[in-house]
Amino acid sequence: MAYPKTYRYTKDHEWIDVKGDLATIGITDHAQHELGDVVFVELPKPGTKIEAGKSFGTVESVKAVSEIYAPAAGEVLEANGELHNTPEKINSDPHGAAWLIKVRLANPAAVNSLMDAAAYEAYIAEKGKETSA
Amino acid sequence: MRYLPKSPAERQEMLAAIGAKSMDELFSSIPERFRLRDALKIPGPYSEAEVIQYFKDRAAENSLGYTSFLGAGVYNHLRSVVTDAIIQRGEFLTSYTPYQAEISQGTLQAIFEFQTLMSQLTGQEVANASMYDGSTAMTEAVLMAERLTGRQRVLVARSVHPEYREVLKTYAKNSGLQVEEIPFAANGTVDQQKLKGALKEDVAAIVVQSPNFFGVIEPHAPLAESAHASGAMFVVAITEGVSLGLLRPPSEADIVAMEGQSFGLPPSYGGPFAGVIASRDKFVRQMPGRLAGQTTDSEGRRGFVLTLATREQHIRREKATSNICTNQALCALAATVHLTLLGKEGLREMAEQNLSKAHFALSELLKIPGVRRTFDAPFFNEFTIELPRSVKIVNSQLSREKIIGPFALGTPYPELTKHALVCVTETTPRAEVERFAGALKRALEQPV
Repeated sequence: MAYPKTYRYTKDHEWIDVKGDLATIGITDHAQHELGDVVFVELPKPGTKIEAGKSFGTVESVKAVSEIYAPAAGEVLEANGELHNTPEKINSDPHGAAWLIKVRLANPAAVNSLMDAAAYEAYIAEKGKETSA
Repeated sequence: MRYLPKSPAERQEMLAAIGAKSMDELFSSIPERFRLRDALKIPGPYSEAEVIQYFKDRAAENSLGYTSFLGAGVYNHLRSVVTDAIIQRGEFLTSYTPYQAEISQGTLQAIFEFQTLMSQLTGQEVANASMYDGSTAMTEAVLMAERLTGRQRVLVARSVHPEYREVLKTYAKNSGLQVEEIPFAANGTVDQQKLKGALKEDVAAIVVQSPNFFGVIEPHAPLAESAHASGAMFVVAITEGVSLGLLRPPSEADIVAMEGQSFGLPPSYGGPFAGVIASRDKFVRQMPGRLAGQTTDSEGRRGFVLTLATREQHIRREKATSNICTNQALCALAATVHLTLLGKEGLREMAEQNLSKAHFALSELLKIPGVRRTFDAPFFNEFTIELPRSVKIVNSQLSREKIIGPFALGTPYPELTKHALVCVTETTPRAEVERFAGALKRALEQPV
């Protein structure tokens, strides 16, 4: 699956799509692939403040429960309620319909320090080599 | 891997492998004052014959030939030899935690059936694979309510088992949870006025036990209503599961915590028991421990798996839902076999016998001059009476007549000195109830 060029990516495998001071956050195709079949997501309520690098929710697959870390600081405006009944969308459309939260960013410029699509693809390719080594 | 003691040479080899010079160096991070310098004070070694004799002697100390009127959280009920025969099968007795579904279908199915029975009995949608015992199940229910509400105050009825409250306080001590106790009213149930007074918007849960520690049945509906009106969870603890053969299940509760001992487990030296925690489906991910789930394999055949274990401590470390990392599989199996043998009618009949024998006992005891009933609220198989003299002295006299007397309430409830909690189950013959009444009458007539 292609990694959208306009998104930014974290080392913890979240993506963030910024438009002005609004952003949408999700987990990457690589993350969903590593997790396996997703069966549940726990997301914050609107109004919750999130901090860069801190956990704001969990994704549960048949194998594990994993933390989701905020790529940037801000306030949650909306959580993707659809995922409550159809968590498997995270496996089929992680970069689109299975977005997790929408936030108002505290400092949109901070996102520029995250990886772009090319850097992220190189990062996961490197990680893949480490694992198979 | 063989589980044999290591020789000194093997110990040196292991120390060398991790780069420690001596055992002292290995444990150097433990402060000196906590380190054991003397050998453990244990007797032995004994020969096989001596060990057998030791246990024969201990077994002879058992209260064989006594009739018991002691309940207070542990109950003597009929058990079938079938239960022991099944739980002693090697496949169940020696099997490890069923993490690997492929080789654990029997154990997983037994747990699944246990969960089904427990959710039916408690009137809840989901029950887990079991907890350590009733007291830890109740504490975990409170912690679950804390997670679900995000609140840290909990109101616990003083009529909840004193030891259950002790366990809760131990957990609460360093966790920021505030435990407040609510007194009981004159009829033995929780004081609803006091409860309402203490119920604010910061309360995570109201906890009651029913039948409560005095044997009295608590009214669930108004308590649930009060709890829900302020956004708190309603937690019901049950120490005597057989009561559910007759009483309406606590379906108004958000979480039910129960002791499973009454279902096929003997009252042996304090354990092992099996705790039950049951709740609503929507709260399942905040439930501690694990569940056995029913599923289908790649060929569409029915199978069972362990689920929610992904939230346990050995996987999620400090982010785990709870620090319980196992369940009481064998005790839960005993409960499952026991209840399956009894069936719905059998359990009801057993419960009816408890009810009628306990009520017969009360009427016999009230004929004794000076004996009064403490609380007038309805009860199941335990009730509280007031004696004209010390319960402990009376009990020592009863024990000479091979009767284990009722529980002396004075220790956990200083205001109830001279009050005794009497338990009568289906195992107590009518003639023994009459013998008890006679013995109690004589004990009270003795000059002080």
